Amino acid sequence: MEGDAELQDLYREVLLDYFRSSTRKGRLDPADLRAHGINPVCGDELEITAQLKDGKVAKLRYAGHGCVISQASAAMMAEALEGADIAKAKDLVAAFKRLMLENAPLASLPEELEPLASLEGVRKFPLRVKCATLGWNTVMQGFEEKAQ
Amino acid sequence: QVIAALTGFYERSNANVHRGVHTLSEEATNLAEASRRKLAAFVGAPNARTLIFTRNATESLNLVAQSWGRKFLKAGDAVLLTEMEHHSNIVPWQLLAAERGITLKFVPVEPDGTLDLGKVKELLDEQPKLFSFTAVSNAIGTVNPADELIRLGKKAGAIVSVDACQWAPHRALDLKTWGADFVSFSAHKMLGPTGIGVLWGREALLEAMDPFLGGGDMISRVTLDRSTWNELPYKFEAGTPNFADQVAFGPALDYLTAIGLDVIRAHEHALAAKARALLEAEGATVLGPKDAARRSGVVSFNIPGLHPHDVGTAFDLEGVAIRVGHHCCQPLMNKLQCGGTARASFYLYNDESDLEAFSRALKRTIEFFGLKGNKAGVR
Repeated sequence: MEGDAELQDLYREVLLDYFRSSTRKGRLDPADLRAHGINPVCGDELEITAQLKDGKVAKLRYAGHGCVISQASAAMMAEALEGADIAKAKDLVAAFKRLMLENAPLASLPEELEPLASLEGVRKFPLRVKCATLGWNTVMQGFEEKAQ
Repeated sequence: QVIAALTGFYERSNANVHRGVHTLSEEATNLAEASRRKLAAFVGAPNARTLIFTRNATESLNLVAQSWGRKFLKAGDAVLLTEMEHHSNIVPWQLLAAERGITLKFVPVEPDGTLDLGKVKELLDEQPKLFSFTAVSNAIGTVNPADELIRLGKKAGAIVSVDACQWAPHRALDLKTWGADFVSFSAHKMLGPTGIGVLWGREALLEAMDPFLGGGDMISRVTLDRSTWNELPYKFEAGTPNFADQVAFGPALDYLTAIGLDVIRAHEHALAAKARALLEAEGATVLGPKDAARRSGVVSFNIPGLHPHDVGTAFDLEGVAIRVGHHCCQPLMNKLQCGGTARASFYLYNDESDLEAFSRALKRTIEFFGLKGNKAGVR
C-alpha cells in the first residue's frame, strides 16, 4: 500500500522508539539552562533544562508533549548534546538545522547525530519540519539567554 | 456554478464598481449589488443595506470591536465572551482591552463542551455591555442554543454579537427574528469563494457607529479638513471591494437554496454520527456533547497515545484530509485539557465513500503506530 510506504518512511521504527523512551525525560532543578519552546500551529511544547559544568553540557533533560516527531527529535537532541562541550553542542544544533532547513546531504551529518538521519523523511513534509526543530531551537534559545 | 460565475465575470463584466459611469462599470455594480440582495433574502436580513461585505469573518468581528467597541465602550465596561470562542472573537477584544481598559469575562465551557445557561445568566446579571458568542463551535461541533442566548443577552441589556460562521452554512438564519445586534459569517464555508466575509448589523447601530476603514467609497464629501460618510452599507466598505468574488457568491446561495439547508444538515449529521460510531469503536475519544441534537457535522477526536499532528499526517498519507491542532481555539483546548484534536468535518459534498476512506485511514493509523494491543506511546 502506497500510503504505508510513505508512513514508514516518515515514522521509522527508531523514531517511534525515541518517542516512547523516557531516557532523559524530565526536568532538572537546579538548572543552569532553562528554555521553553512551543509550536503555535499545533501545540507541541518542550521545556529544556540543563546543568553546565566545566564548559560542558553535563546533564540535559526535556519535558513536554507533542507529536512523535517533536518528542523523538528532542530525545535525540538530549542524547547527542549531553556530555558535549558547549561549543560543540552549538555546532551540532547548527548541523541538524542545516539538514532540516537547508537540505544538507545526510553525509554531512556529524557522527554524533547519526540517529537524526531517521528524521530525513520529515523534509518532505515542510509543515512538520517545525516539529523536528523545536527541541533544537529551544536549547539554542537557552544557550543564547545564558550568554546574555 | 461559483467558478463559472467568477470566470464569466472576469471574462465579460470586469469593471470596478460604484465608481464609473460607463456601461460595464454599471453592469458590474448591478451584479455585485444583486448578490448582496440575494444574501439578504437568504439570511432574512430586513434590508440589504445592513449587510456589509468584508474580507472574512475575522474582519467582521474586528469591525464590531473597532467601530462599535471604540465608540461605545469606556474603561471599566465589561464584555462577555465564552471560553470556546475562536481567536477572532477573543483577540480583537483583548486589543481593545489593552487600549481602553475594558474588562473581559468568559462563560466557562463545561467538560462536555457545552455552555451552562445558569452560568450564562449569572454572568449576564453583571450587566456586560456586550455579549458575544459562537453559535456553533468550529473546534468541537457544539451547537449552542443561539436563540436562547440572544434572548438572555438582550434581556440583560447587552449588545449581542454572534459568530455564525459554522451556523450559516448548515442552518437557516432569519436575522429579523433572531434578534441579535451583530452577526458575522463568511462565504467560503458555504460553498462561496474566498475573500468574502459578511457582517450584518442592526441598522440603528450601524448608523450610529463610526467607520472602520477610511478611504474611497465610504465617503460622501471630502475636503482637506473633514469628510462626511457615505450611506450604509458603503460607510463600512472602504476601497475597491472584492467585487468579483461578491458576484460569484450568488450562485453558491442559489445552490444551497435549491438543495435546502435542512436536507444538507440531515445528510451531514448522518455521516458525522457514523464517523463518531467508528471512532468510538476503535477506542478514540470524541469531543463535544453526547447529544446528537447539540452537535454539528464536525467530529473532533483524539486517538489515545497519539498526537493530532501524527494522526493528520497518517490520514493524509492514506488520502484523507482532516484538520489537526487547536483550530484557533487555544483557550478551549486548554480548558478541555488537550493540546489539540483531529477534526473531520462533513458537508453536503461528502458521502459514504468518504466514510469508508475515513474508516480505513483510522484503522491503518492505529495499526501503524502499534496502538492495537496497547503497545502504546508514552503518555
